[in-house]
Amino acid sequence: MKQLFIAFVVLTLGLLAFSTYQALFVAPTEQTMGEVQRIFYYHVPSAWTAGVCFFVNFLASVVYLWKRNLASDALAAASAEVGVTFCTIVLITGPIWARPVWGIWWTWDARLTTTLVLWLIYVSYLVLRRFSAGGQTQVLAAALAIFGFVDVPIVYMSIRWFRTQHPSPVMGGGENSGLDPAMLHAFFWNLAAFTCVGIVLMVVRYRLQMLEEKVEATHAAAALQGGPR
Amino acid sequence: MTTIGVTRTTLLKDLRMEWRSKDAINSMLFFALLVVVIFSFAFNPTAEESRRIAGGLIWVAFLFAAVVALNQTWARELRNQVLDAYRVSPAPPNALFLAKAIGNFFFVVVLEALMAPLFVVFYDLRSVGPVWQLIVVALLGTWALVVNGTFFAALSIRTRSREIMLPLILFPISIPALLAMVDATTSILTGEASPDFWIKMLAVYDVVFTAVCLLLFESVLNAE
Repeated sequence: MKQLFIAFVVLTLGLLAFSTYQALFVAPTEQTMGEVQRIFYYHVPSAWTAGVCFFVNFLASVVYLWKRNLASDALAAASAEVGVTFCTIVLITGPIWARPVWGIWWTWDARLTTTLVLWLIYVSYLVLRRFSAGGQTQVLAAALAIFGFVDVPIVYMSIRWFRTQHPSPVMGGGENSGLDPAMLHAFFWNLAAFTCVGIVLMVVRYRLQMLEEKVEATHAAAALQGGPR
Repeated sequence: MTTIGVTRTTLLKDLRMEWRSKDAINSMLFFALLVVVIFSFAFNPTAEESRRIAGGLIWVAFLFAAVVALNQTWARELRNQVLDAYRVSPAPPNALFLAKAIGNFFFVVVLEALMAPLFVVFYDLRSVGPVWQLIVVALLGTWALVVNGTFFAALSIRTRSREIMLPLILFPISIPALLAMVDATTSILTGEASPDFWIKMLAVYDVVFTAVCLLLFESVLNAE
């Protein structure tokens, strides 16, 4: 199992190197936006990875409430942390890209706002995990995770209506209006690489969480027996 | 005892305690009053402007005030291990939750009814749209805040620094409901747009989150 994981890490690093090369050197420069458009190869795959992490978090939380096993709770904690990390990358790379292209750092558009609210929800999830005591953390966190996941489509719907009702600022061409095959090629390599990085981080964080639980359980057992800690 | 019986008993007990002590309603009222006065100083709006911003001001004031009451929801059940006693009793957990949520709903609605005239006085408000729609928005919006707030208060009561925990987890989840309340209120006050979509959205939000709360409350009550 350990060899398999190490092999996967090596593969991921190779993939990341190749996809970075693809994004920075092979993919053609965009005509109107110029070099800054290359941030697209990091921005969108990060958003996708964050989405995958939050979905894993939701599934793990449901499984935890159902089965009450430590493993699914550890997975939920790991995926939320990694998801927040990637979501932060999206929120930082977004404005860097938007400033030269749209002329503004931020706009209250449906996707931007939903991403920000998503980030707020999962940060509050991490805060709750941090502040709750001992054996209650898992249930409380799992409940909040389900609330957060249910909230996301409602947020998206409401912001879309909010924006379509009010005039929105003129935005430069979206990336969906037909992508050059060479760009698409580089994009998919990056998508694969970022997904693998997300998985690696989640696995590492998951194992750390399981170790922490084990240490805590050992300390508790030692304290009960009155032995040295 | 049936769910309805337990709900009614708990609710009447809470209302009676509140009637005698008036803890929650007094602190909420004074808090909301302070927010109204401070906003009035800070923005000093004309009648035309205030119609535009009042939706936001009103709901931010009520949201903050509601948190004051929500934080006290479960606190009195912790003393003398009432919550533990409830846990070992055969009474249905959702009955307790519903009683608490309805009680909070009642307190916040009373607060809104008392504060509404003050808003009219301080901000020189006159609604262009029909006033009955404002009442619908207020009822649906208050339930949206209170049902999640009661649930999250039960979560945060088990954490360290519980008073600050409630807004931290309640506000992010409540963003769509707040947006709906503020925009519906502004549309009605200015009469420029139809609030129908927002009222429907609030109704959906209420139904969805009431269901999620009822589904998960038992696990949270018994979390150990």
